[in-house]
Amino acid sequence: MSARAARVLPGFSLSLGVTLLFVSLILLLPMTSLIGQLSTLSWSQYWAAITDPRLIASYRVTIGAALAASLFNALFGLLMAWVLARYTFPGKRLLDALMDLPFALPTAVAGITLATLYSRNGAVGSLLAPLGIEVAYTWLGIALAMAFTSVPFVVRTVQPVLEDLPGQADEAALTLGASNLYAFRRVILPHIWPAVVTGTGLSFARSLGEFGAVIFIAGNMPYRTEVVSLMMATRLEEYDYAGAAAIASLVMLVSLLLLLAINLWQGRFYRHLHGGRH
Amino acid sequence: MSVRSTLLRRVVATAALSMALGSTPAFSADRELLNASYDIARELFAELNPQFIEQWQKEHNESVEIKQTHAGSSTQARAILQGLRADVVTFNQVTDVDVLAQKGQLIPADWQSRLPNYSSPYYSTMAFLVRKGNPKNIHGWSDLAGDDVALVFPNPKTSGNGRYTYLAAWAASNHDNGDDEAATRDYMKKMLGNVEVFDTGGRGATTTFAERGIGDVLITFESEANNIRNQYGPDDYEVVVPPVDIMAEFPVTWVDKNVERNGTEDLAKGYLEYLYSPEAQRTLAQYYYRVNDDEISDEFAERFPQTTLLRIEDAFGSWGNVMQTHFASGGELDQLQRR
Repeated sequence: MSARAARVLPGFSLSLGVTLLFVSLILLLPMTSLIGQLSTLSWSQYWAAITDPRLIASYRVTIGAALAASLFNALFGLLMAWVLARYTFPGKRLLDALMDLPFALPTAVAGITLATLYSRNGAVGSLLAPLGIEVAYTWLGIALAMAFTSVPFVVRTVQPVLEDLPGQADEAALTLGASNLYAFRRVILPHIWPAVVTGTGLSFARSLGEFGAVIFIAGNMPYRTEVVSLMMATRLEEYDYAGAAAIASLVMLVSLLLLLAINLWQGRFYRHLHGGRH
Repeated sequence: MSVRSTLLRRVVATAALSMALGSTPAFSADRELLNASYDIARELFAELNPQFIEQWQKEHNESVEIKQTHAGSSTQARAILQGLRADVVTFNQVTDVDVLAQKGQLIPADWQSRLPNYSSPYYSTMAFLVRKGNPKNIHGWSDLAGDDVALVFPNPKTSGNGRYTYLAAWAASNHDNGDDEAATRDYMKKMLGNVEVFDTGGRGATTTFAERGIGDVLITFESEANNIRNQYGPDDYEVVVPPVDIMAEFPVTWVDKNVERNGTEDLAKGYLEYLYSPEAQRTLAQYYYRVNDDEISDEFAERFPQTTLLRIEDAFGSWGNVMQTHFASGGELDQLQRR
């Protein structure tokens, strides 16, 4: 801030102050209390708290379902973003607005609705049951709920990037003799790749901690359909705040590392793409 | 962690509370009382509160307002420890009141002796809700371990309702086989293995059983089972009360530290004592809760099948012991569910 450049909003110190205050209030303060809880544990207690066999089974369930959900979202979200960015059709604005619904809807409502639809006697579940496919109260239901609540992450990160990419780019590629697949792979994909990865990563991180939507469709059977967030809730029910904090810290660490890795990788990617200018 | 509430926690709790309470009536009362209650008591207190308000108005010439908040009773206990200023608690598990004494020093340790019947104005037991005609022939706890029986009850780890089911099954099995712990463990393993869905709370389990058509038996409080049958259709369901069962107490107390601060001690005591009055006991019985008032019990006798009720304290020593040996991490329940 050496040169006084003209800004639309005045008062750097004021706006930074407000920003820092809010970050402290809504991010740092809760984190501090989490660390406060953790400090009541010794290392061996902490280790025991995060390596309980039932908990480890819940890591497996959660990570597996979150992976499936976010990969599904990567594909489906990309498709949705493509449709919204590249075509005009009646009802497009409505579809665009609907995309954000999973964020706006209370997650419990989403969970209960999905459980109703996909249970054995539900509208969709009753069609799947004769085929031997059970969704509600199984691992598949968990993945479904996770996918539902986190799909906007992919759509909303990829869509603006696709909109920035002029349609002429792929037309040019085609006139230069590229096949459709080649044009997509070498012209479009490199451009949107970071956005896809970011969206998928956010979707995965969100799925790791999802509680409201998942809990109603999971069945919550020990070792089979218990998710990590339920294990935290269980610790709280036992008035074991430190145990809950221990699990929370692990989930937070994984999410944080994941997001950090994506950010770093993205920075390198753009440096590479733009020849060092970004 | 220090349980003494900091300003921040109180702000958060108040915000959460004001959201939970929703609309406030248009009139302004002289005093307010906040009753923190368990999840499935909404309808019950919606009926009891106006009766009490009317009586209090008549006797003390003061208009009062009773506010309700409902959630799992351990969730409520946590909220109170973190600063929710509830005047009275009406819970479905003794340990959740105990914790207010032990962790928060908000009430004296001997709170149970302050009101009649261990401070439990009404009680219930666990009942089986089965589908019409009782096709799986379920009559007692031992039938729940059969090969082809699917059960639904809430997770004992997250629900007081589920804990009572677990304890009733354990105590009834011990009672039947003459305290053969190994046989009881075998039975419990089979019974827990028959569970199809573990919802986190009582109402969730009800939905799973009644709306989604999952399971042959829903195990829940007798009161809840009867109310579900009446609501979802007496032609579709039957209520079975097993011959040996657990006594589920519904403890109440005023929160000393909070009533002192709110200036509501007399009101809180009056409210809880009202629950023991014949009118309130009649309302409770109408909601299929068992009551101690002899006249009302006789009047509703045909609603409540005879059964041997075991008290937790007699079957397991104490609630503290139950929580430690059965429900704590790595305890009996975890062992039974280990694969």
